[in-house]
Amino acid sequence: MWEAIESNKRRSWALIAVMAIVLLGLGAAIGAAVDPDAWWIGTGCAAVLFAVMFATAWIGGDKILLRGVGARRIHSKAEIPRLWNVVEEMTIAAGVPSMPEIWLIEDKRPNAFATGKSVETGAVAVTSGLLARMNRDELQGVVAHEMGHIVNRDIRFMTLAGIMVGSIVLLSEVFLRYMWFSGGGHARRRTGKNVDGRLQAILMIAGILAALLAPVLARLLYFACSRRREYLADASAARFTRYPEGLASALEKISGRYVAKSGRHGAKSGRGDSSRVLAPMYIINPLQAHGSTGPFSTHPPTQKRIEILRNMAGAGGAHFAAYESAFQRVFGKDEHCIGEVTLAEGRRPLEIRDPAPKSEAETQTDRLREVTDLLDRMGEFVAFHCACGVGIKVPPGLHASKVACPRCGREQGVPTASVVTAEQPEAELKYQRKTPGWESFRCPHCDKTTHLSPALEAPRIRCSGCRRTIEILPAPPEEAPAEAPNP
Amino acid sequence: METIIVIAVIAVLVVWVIGIYNGLVKLRNHVKNAWAQIDVQLKRRHDLIPNLVETVKGYASHEKNTLQGVIEARSKAVAAPDVAQQVQAEGELSAALGRLMVVVEQYPDLKANQNFLSLQEELTSTENRIGFSRQNYNDNVMRFNTRIQSFPSNVVANSFGFHEEPFFEVKDEAARQAPEVKF
Repeated sequence: MWEAIESNKRRSWALIAVMAIVLLGLGAAIGAAVDPDAWWIGTGCAAVLFAVMFATAWIGGDKILLRGVGARRIHSKAEIPRLWNVVEEMTIAAGVPSMPEIWLIEDKRPNAFATGKSVETGAVAVTSGLLARMNRDELQGVVAHEMGHIVNRDIRFMTLAGIMVGSIVLLSEVFLRYMWFSGGGHARRRTGKNVDGRLQAILMIAGILAALLAPVLARLLYFACSRRREYLADASAARFTRYPEGLASALEKISGRYVAKSGRHGAKSGRGDSSRVLAPMYIINPLQAHGSTGPFSTHPPTQKRIEILRNMAGAGGAHFAAYESAFQRVFGKDEHCIGEVTLAEGRRPLEIRDPAPKSEAETQTDRLREVTDLLDRMGEFVAFHCACGVGIKVPPGLHASKVACPRCGREQGVPTASVVTAEQPEAELKYQRKTPGWESFRCPHCDKTTHLSPALEAPRIRCSGCRRTIEILPAPPEEAPAEAPNP
Repeated sequence: METIIVIAVIAVLVVWVIGIYNGLVKLRNHVKNAWAQIDVQLKRRHDLIPNLVETVKGYASHEKNTLQGVIEARSKAVAAPDVAQQVQAEGELSAALGRLMVVVEQYPDLKANQNFLSLQEELTSTENRIGFSRQNYNDNVMRFNTRIQSFPSNVVANSFGFHEEPFFEVKDEAARQAPEVKF
C-alpha cells in the first residue's frame, strides 16, 4: 500500500509542477501577445494567480468544492444511520484514525466523491439519489471506493489539480474574450515600426494558440492522472469490503440508470459548471455517457471496471493480487495497475464474504415492483427505457407517438405500435380491395373509416385510429368482366 | 583521526538502531491499537444485546430458550478472563444471535417494527465492524511480523525482545456462519 501511496504522491507533485509550467507559459504568451516587451508581466500575473489559487486550494479547497455542489454536512448519526454506520465501518476497515466528514448533496442522480486535506480530515459526499437506490452492500462499496481515494492520498491533489485546471481555463478565457472585444487595439498603436507590427501579429497569434491549447493540455494531464487512481480506489474498495460484487453492482446501477443531461441544459446552470470541474472526483463521471472512453475521459470505462471486479471472485479473493490478476484477465497479461511492492504486501489471501442480508423493506419493495410489473404486462402496458435510464410504462389506450421522459424531459418515441402489431397476428387485419378506384372501409379492429385512393400501391397501411397495420390485398383484375362474352 | 572515524561509525550505527527500534515500536503500537479497536466493537455488540432481547421479547415471549441462550452467551463473553476464552465466548454469542435471527423470521410484525429495524441495522453494522477490525488487526500483525522476520530489523528485534504477534483467526469457522435450520 505504501509504495502505491508514495508513487501517487510523486505523480501528484509532478502533475502540479507541469500544470504550474503550463500556467506560467500561458501567462507569458498572453503577456507577449498584448505587448512583446511585457511577457514578464503576464508571467508575473500568472504566478500571482497560481499562488493565490494554490493557497486557497491548500487551505480551503475541500470546503469550496463541497459548498459549490450545494452539499450539506451530516452532523449526527440520527440523521442517516445507515450511511453513518457504513462510513464508520469503512473507517475501521481502512484503518484510518478518524472518521471522515459526511456530506449530503440533494440530487436525485446517484453519485459520490471524496475530498479533504489529509487522511485525518477527509470528507465523503454522497447524493440523496445514491442513498435511495443502493442497498447496504452497494452503498458500502461506493463509500469504500471513496475511502480508497482518501487512504491513497488522492483527495488533496485532485482538489488542487482541479482548481488549477479551473484557473488555466479562466485565464485563457479572459484573454480570448479580451482579444475579441479589443480587436487588437494595442497592435495598432505601435505600427510606427513595421517590423514591430509583424512581430506583434505573430506573437498575438501565438498567444491565441496558447490560450486555446493550454486548457486542453491541462485537462488531458488531469484526466490521465485520474484514470489510474480510479482502478486503485476500486482495488482498495474490494479489499476493504471483502465484497467486490457490492461495488460492481453499484457501478452498474449508477452507470446504467443515469447519463447526464447532455449539452446545453447541463452547462447553463451553475451546478453544471461545477460538475464539469469536479467530474474526475466523482465515482462515475456525471457528464459522460457510460462506455465512452478516450484521452478526455476522466474515468476508465465503467464496463471494464465492473468486469474486473466481477472477475475477482475467480481470481481467488478480495486482496490486491486478485484485483491485479482480474485486471490482467480483462486487459491482457502485459498490463499492470498495482505496483510490485504493494502486491507483495497484499498477497495475504482475503476471502470474499457473503452478502449482507436483505432488509425487510428492500424485500418488500422488490416484491411490489415485481408484482406491478407483472400486472402491467398482463394489462398490455408497453415498457421501455429512456436514455437517462428511467423506466417508462405506457398504458395501452395511449395513442400518442411521443411522450416526455418524466425525469429528463426528453421526447421519447413510444414503441407501442410495433410491439402491438408484433403480438397481433397479421392475418387478422386484412382488407381485400374490391375495385381499383376510390373506396373506403372500416378498420376491422377499431371501426375507424379509412379512404383508399386509386393511386395507392402500398401493400399495407396503418390505421389512424388504433395504429395497427392493415394489409391491403389488391383488387382482382378488372379484365374479367370486360372479356366476358356479351351476347 | 582514527578515533574520530570509529566514533562516527558508532554514532551512525546507534542512530540506525534507534531508527529501527522506533519503527518496530510504532508497528507494535499499531497492532495494539488495532486489537483495542476489536475490543471496542465487541463491547458495542454486548451493549446492543439487552435492547435487542427486550424488543424481541415483546413479540415472541414464548421463544424463551433462544432468548435465554443469547443472554447467557453475552454474560459469558463479557466476563471472559483472557483472550482465548473471549474468542470462544464471542463465537458462541454469534451463534446464539444467528439462532435468534432465524426465530425472528417467523414474526412478520416484529420484522416491521421500527425499533427492531434500527436494531437490526446496528447489529449488521456491528458484525461488519468486528470483521473489518479483525482484518485491520491482521494486516497490522502481518506488517509487524514481516518486519521482525526480515534482515536487518530482525537483529534489533531479537536483542530488544520483540515477539511475533498472533493472527486473530476465528478457529471454529462454523461459529461465524448463521446456523442451519433443519425441519
